[in-house]
Amino acid sequence: MTSNNKKKWLSAPYALWSAVFIIIPLCMIFYYGLTDKTGAFTLDNIVAITTVGHAKALRLSILLSLACTLVCFLLAYPLAMILANKKGNKHQFIILVFILPMWMNFLLRTLAWQTLLEKNGVINNVLTFLGIPNIKIINTPAAIVLGMVYNFLPFMVLPLYNALSKIDENVINAARDLGAGAVYTFIRITLPLSVPGIISGITMVFVPALTTFVISALLGGSKLLLIGDVIEQEFTRASNWHLGSGLSIVLMVFILFNMILSAVFDKDGEGSML
Amino acid sequence: MTNALKKIYIGLIIFFLYAPIGTLMVLSFNASKARTKWGGFTFKWYAALFENEEILSALFNTMLIALLSALAATLIGTVACIAMTGMKRRTKSIMMGITNIPMLNAEIVTGISLMLLYISLGIKFGIGTILLSHITFNIPYVILSVMPRMKQLNPSTYEAALDLGASHTTAFFKVVLPDLTPGILSGFLMAFTMSLDDFIITHFTKGIGVDTLSTKIYTEVKKGIKPEMYALSTIIFVTVLALLLLVNLSPEKKEQK
Repeated sequence: MTSNNKKKWLSAPYALWSAVFIIIPLCMIFYYGLTDKTGAFTLDNIVAITTVGHAKALRLSILLSLACTLVCFLLAYPLAMILANKKGNKHQFIILVFILPMWMNFLLRTLAWQTLLEKNGVINNVLTFLGIPNIKIINTPAAIVLGMVYNFLPFMVLPLYNALSKIDENVINAARDLGAGAVYTFIRITLPLSVPGIISGITMVFVPALTTFVISALLGGSKLLLIGDVIEQEFTRASNWHLGSGLSIVLMVFILFNMILSAVFDKDGEGSML
Repeated sequence: MTNALKKIYIGLIIFFLYAPIGTLMVLSFNASKARTKWGGFTFKWYAALFENEEILSALFNTMLIALLSALAATLIGTVACIAMTGMKRRTKSIMMGITNIPMLNAEIVTGISLMLLYISLGIKFGIGTILLSHITFNIPYVILSVMPRMKQLNPSTYEAALDLGASHTTAFFKVVLPDLTPGILSGFLMAFTMSLDDFIITHFTKGIGVDTLSTKIYTEVKKGIKPEMYALSTIIFVTVLALLLLVNLSPEKKEQK
């Protein structure tokens, strides 16, 4: 009994911390987003999403982040399957390979893609050398998607790998023994059992891709504005915190939808990243 | 898929992940300041790096924040994990739900929400605000690393220690903590890495005149990155790589196989 009471007391620091630094800050966004400069209640900051520029930025963000999520999934699923099938516990090694790049600064790594993709960049030099027509993707939506995929791919691979490596091999063997072909086994056994990982991976990739503002600034040129760029500018350049907060509330609707999705499909945290 | 194909696929993905890193390393030895021209091999950026006080002070801030925030997050997170085992299912799932918020929420939203908090509390922006923010987004990584270890614990060992006359404190430090250590360590490392690589949240919670490497690079983007920055990143990356190889190839690990 005493030990349980002590344990309850132990939760106080974290409970207090999360109240002050997680819950209250979120409430502040709602406060700012739903008021104007005089402090009066208004929905203007939220309705502002429908203005042409903002709606265009949001549409582009959704489109590019969906593309990024799809590409990440298609690249990561086969990779996670190969890695999960390897014998022995490669868990630590795999986490290392995907976390290690983060020790080189995220901005520099993204900038390096500029060097690689530019008109006179490394890739085009190689292509010219080989006599293959050059690519022109820098400052296009494609370059932004590439930058997103590059930065967020680990967030898709790790949950998928975790979910796939938890599948009991006997279940798959049983299906094969009972006469199911490789494809049928995959569709009926492997794929459904990896759903927690898929959902978690989609959430972990879609949200940062939807809300990024750096990648678009570095690889998309100055003409392509994502919703993250718009919000960032409201806070740092325009100093219109109310409008910025209102637009963030709109973003949070998407994020909330994602959170619910992962809560429903990944109850036990089977597809967790670590 | 045949084995060769599998290996090629893994190789391609790893190439994709590490190509930009290789590019930056090559640039750190490039005598020309232009990013796309090779001007010959040089070590001069490495020498210049140690005289560039702005970069060195940004490096110091980055490391200080990463270390302190990872330590604080590890302490708070581990204590929270221990506390959560004694909780009712409902309370525990609420706590875990709150823990997931910084993980699932957009960094830009976390960043501006913290910025609004500091403004309304009248806290002066600077190293302190960056530190508080980094602790906040680091705690979930620690909890998610320690929690699985916590679940694997055998409660009987703790009870056995108590039966054998150990106090709660001794039993905890001698029996429970050693079992948690791998989770705590990987949580710490994860937190340290995340803090080091963070740009977005730092961008919104830093004060004027205070820079970490990330924010310094961001301001340099428009003027052109100083090649010293490539040199520094190369040094950091190679050091970490060497340390990791050392740890993973240590004799202790080999025995376990």
